[in-house]
Amino acid sequence: MREGKSHETGGVTALTISFTLNGGPTSLDIDPAERLLDTLRYRLGLTGTKEGCGEGECGACTVYLDGLPVDACLVPTYQVRGCRVETVEALDPGQLEPFVAHGATQCGACTPGVVMTALWISAHPELLETHTIRELMAGNLCRCTGYDGIVESVAATLPASRGAPA
Amino acid sequence: MNPGAPRSTKQNRFLKTPGHRPGVSRAWMNPRGAAVGSGHDRRLRDLPFAGRPATIGAMHRREGLAKLAGRERYVDDLPLEGALWGMTVGSPAPRGRVTAIRFRPDVDWSEIAVVDHRDLPGPNEIILIERDQPVLAAGYVRHVHEPVVLVAHASRDMARRAARAVEVQIDPEPPALDFRLRPRPDQIQYGTDNVLKRLKIEKGDVERALARAPVVVEGTYETGAQEHVYIETQGMIAWLEGDVLVVKGSMQCPYYVHRALAHALARDERRVRVVQTPTGGGFGGKEEYPSTIALHTALLALKAGRPVKLIYDRAEDMAATTKRHPSQVRHRTGLTRDGRLLAQDIEVVLDGGAYVTLSPVVLSRGIIHAAGPYSCENVRIDGRVMFSNAVPFGAFRGFGAPQTLFACERHMDVIAATLGLDPAELRRVNLIRDGQTTATGQVINDGTDRVAVLERALALAEYADKRRVHAAFNTAHATKRRGLGLATFFHGAGFTGGGEMHLKSRAQVAGLPDGRVEVRSANIEMGQGTLTTFTQIAALRLGLSPEDVLIAEPDTATVPNSGPTVASRTTMVVGRLIERAADDLRNRVGLDDRARGAVVREAIRRWHSEHPGLGAQHAASLLGEAVYERPPGIAWDEERYQGDAYGAFAWAAHVAEVEVDLRTCETRVTDFVAVQEVGKVLNETLARGQVQGGVVQGIGWALMEECRFADGAMINNQLTNYIIPTSHDVPPIRVAFVENPYPHGGQGAKGLGELPIDGPAPAIVNAVAAATGADPRAIPLTPERLLRLIEGNEGGKVA
Repeated sequence: MREGKSHETGGVTALTISFTLNGGPTSLDIDPAERLLDTLRYRLGLTGTKEGCGEGECGACTVYLDGLPVDACLVPTYQVRGCRVETVEALDPGQLEPFVAHGATQCGACTPGVVMTALWISAHPELLETHTIRELMAGNLCRCTGYDGIVESVAATLPASRGAPA
Repeated sequence: MNPGAPRSTKQNRFLKTPGHRPGVSRAWMNPRGAAVGSGHDRRLRDLPFAGRPATIGAMHRREGLAKLAGRERYVDDLPLEGALWGMTVGSPAPRGRVTAIRFRPDVDWSEIAVVDHRDLPGPNEIILIERDQPVLAAGYVRHVHEPVVLVAHASRDMARRAARAVEVQIDPEPPALDFRLRPRPDQIQYGTDNVLKRLKIEKGDVERALARAPVVVEGTYETGAQEHVYIETQGMIAWLEGDVLVVKGSMQCPYYVHRALAHALARDERRVRVVQTPTGGGFGGKEEYPSTIALHTALLALKAGRPVKLIYDRAEDMAATTKRHPSQVRHRTGLTRDGRLLAQDIEVVLDGGAYVTLSPVVLSRGIIHAAGPYSCENVRIDGRVMFSNAVPFGAFRGFGAPQTLFACERHMDVIAATLGLDPAELRRVNLIRDGQTTATGQVINDGTDRVAVLERALALAEYADKRRVHAAFNTAHATKRRGLGLATFFHGAGFTGGGEMHLKSRAQVAGLPDGRVEVRSANIEMGQGTLTTFTQIAALRLGLSPEDVLIAEPDTATVPNSGPTVASRTTMVVGRLIERAADDLRNRVGLDDRARGAVVREAIRRWHSEHPGLGAQHAASLLGEAVYERPPGIAWDEERYQGDAYGAFAWAAHVAEVEVDLRTCETRVTDFVAVQEVGKVLNETLARGQVQGGVVQGIGWALMEECRFADGAMINNQLTNYIIPTSHDVPPIRVAFVENPYPHGGQGAKGLGELPIDGPAPAIVNAVAAATGADPRAIPLTPERLLRLIEGNEGGKVA
């Protein structure tokens, strides 16, 4: 448990909230206007989640909220009360090997967000009955790879029975 | 100016906090040596080698797993205890005198660190090619967002509020906002005509050849600005360590930043230390601009006496930093009736923006590539960069060549249409053969079969078959049109002309006490693969495994100046230096160039046991070194712009297939083939990724990325309305390499990074022309622009 103390920011009293972060209970005081992205990065030191645009366009700050990928820059932290939040830090690096082999990362700034979405797709392969990998990955902007390495990596992480409709 | 500003000597409240020590990790000093990506925790540092491919050439990206797992520490990820957040206040107007700076009273200014031009210890100049650009405007502004005042506070929100509470008042003067128009007298602000730089190439007698040519084809082509959209925005941190100013951040050229800091802060070079942090994309956007933001961060840190962090958010980054130069290129081409080039008369005009920055060298590369990879005996290329009151345009992947090659390659298709020739045949006839010369008179003699590169691309794209299939489809279909377009092009690697000689780059390979080696250079990783290719080059040269090669963090206190990470020069030029430095290291331990592997490791260990007390960082320690030498047979005449412009050119052919929806005028790229000869391919996965990423960036520039300007500043400075390609917008990019090792490049490599952005725009626009019968001459070819061409009065019609 993290101990927070009450404080004031801009005349607004802080809220105390509790949620589950990467499997462990977390409690802290937050400014009601604080973004989950900033809470994670600057309050909790989880800098794997990146800011790319701050307006939900690029997906670099993708985290799981109760198991669904969301842009942490668009989520006010108070909204995660009682929720499960998972960040890139919770992943097992061992499962990321295909992404290196296929060249899914170059500069790395979009990469944690890409990985979060990619692994969510591979955990929900039924999505590929109605969508292509390219459609499902379209919420994560990458400026380096041209996307082929990413799309191939997602295909490589799918259960073996699934094809790889790129 | 600056009435009522709280910049008296009275100590501000934030300065009263007890002294602090910057909390930045000094991981670069840890006993394992300056290993890759100093920010990783040790556990992860070994991960990149977990899955070990069979050969060094198939080595995985060295820092790949750290990046994937979110453990790579970029500048904004570094903990910096007691730091203030810096913010920039820019000009609201494109030109004028600063009449007042008002600090609104709704902010408690005693809490805010404030800096303006009067705080500069040295000359108010960002030193680059010229010295015309101030660090902070001194009473006069030349573009919107020109930095005027800096503020800092421990709270990011407070710093932001303070920045918004500063009002810069300008007495406006008439700005020059369209580089294509001759400036009025009251718009002249540079020289007598607003020309920032003029350059000319002449070969043969163009006027005579044009007068005699059976056919003359003319055309004017335009390209728009392009924003880099590196996903990591620009940022720096700065603090004092004793009397040494330390600046860390996202950058391509640590020694550019070092020079700029030493100059404007009037500090001895030894009291300035610049360290590159893992850089989340650059594409040229982090070539020159980081000097500005480093100076701003340093000024705030010096003023406040505390560490300062200055990170641009996306909107500020897009509005205030450089973009690709907009261009207008005119061609007048003389030909035989069967399409042989007789004369090329080319005029290149670039928009430079409000300061010189790198524009002269962008123009230089632009004009050298303007005539394309073709043989022509009579060429005249007249280039100029115009001053305008716009945010300065700057380095962007390709550096002038994509603009002039768009014009050249679109013009080739216009010529083909005029003469009734197949665009592929027109290129086949004119592609430069060994023994022939470029526009600067450089004799090409590299053994590459450029026609074979083209044929390979045509074969992979099924060019002939698809053209027939498309013709049938277009006749049958009411609202869809399909077409193929191609571009053949080249890209000179390394600095132009005498540039590499001027740089005199140095690289080192150190032998460590445990027998491993450490590559020391100022060249940085920004996604393009420097850490991996340098590891491969050193490992192959010395017969070591990749684990035995460390790459030093680019830190001006510990690495030599191997030049900037630009111009597709890193693997080719610096990679070659690393090979020679490795040879030198081997010689210093008494081995010849055939010694490899365990013998080398053992000799390094033995040297250290015979020289106890000389650790890896000691000045007298074991160090192999190499300094750049011009490859034999290269000569460049800077005055006449004649000779060997580059040590080597990479060659390529792109074929794009598009489908245009005539109802929406939306263009989709449905297939893309990129074939290139880049010397030896060192790492297929990395090289393929460079090409695919460059092509997709080119697709964006061709079809969707439109910078909208008001008063010379970008107004769609958001990713919601500046549209870059998503995974859904692009097809798989099919890549093939033709290999022809270059003897003077690292492991035989030629430059690769920029080449792939030269071809997509002309290939795609040629494909749209082939599909629709419209005649587009400008990019981005947005649906709006294509609609006007197809339905409007701009000369196009639906086939």
